[in-house]
Amino acid sequence: MGLFSYGLYLGGSSETCIQSQGTIGYGRAVYFSWRQGDRRWPYLCQIGMGLPALPALIQANRMSNHQKVWWGGFMAPPRYPQARDDGREDPNRDQPTPHDLHRRLHRYFELAGFFTMVAGLLNVLAIYDAWAGPVAPVPSKKKNEEKSAESV
Amino acid sequence: MFNLLLADGFRLWNVDLWYAVPAIIAVSLVYSATRHERMRPLLIHAGRTAVWIVGFMSAVFIVMGLLSWRV
Repeated sequence: MGLFSYGLYLGGSSETCIQSQGTIGYGRAVYFSWRQGDRRWPYLCQIGMGLPALPALIQANRMSNHQKVWWGGFMAPPRYPQARDDGREDPNRDQPTPHDLHRRLHRYFELAGFFTMVAGLLNVLAIYDAWAGPVAPVPSKKKNEEKSAESV
Repeated sequence: MFNLLLADGFRLWNVDLWYAVPAIIAVSLVYSATRHERMRPLLIHAGRTAVWIVGFMSAVFIVMGLLSWRV
């Protein structure tokens, strides 16, 4: 959880966007998107965190339905500048674009993605450990043979 | 690269490689926690795992350094 939280902090900033009027916000490295040209594969690892990664799905759903995202854009997918072509105003026009994210966060965006992905994968290990207990070491064949030879 | 490390303390602190430390600690502890229940063996195994990870990272660092020196 600490690793995931640190990733959320690293993947954010209070700086203003370049192509939008809002700020970058926090938790930007954790978002869900399955749009053409922006399939967010790291989310498949981040979802291992469970509930802490759920806001990304809520925000993605709101953005895809042309509704304003919540919580200042926390875990919201980036906005594509030509996202809306039906003539109506985009309610998420203050959200950063992918260019904004990479320009403002540069390597911290990738670092944050790495931390949150590792946290999700480690959580899967922790779930397995909680379900099945510690993994028992496999006894070596040599020791087994020695034991059986001694017993004979 | 080595001059950078030895230049002054501020630059040494600013190396991005330090971001690997929390990841190594977390991975080592969680991996060991899947193998042990008691704290002492868990921490010992975590230390060994962390040494393994740092060793692998160092080996890759050397290989990449050699490749960039040759090219």
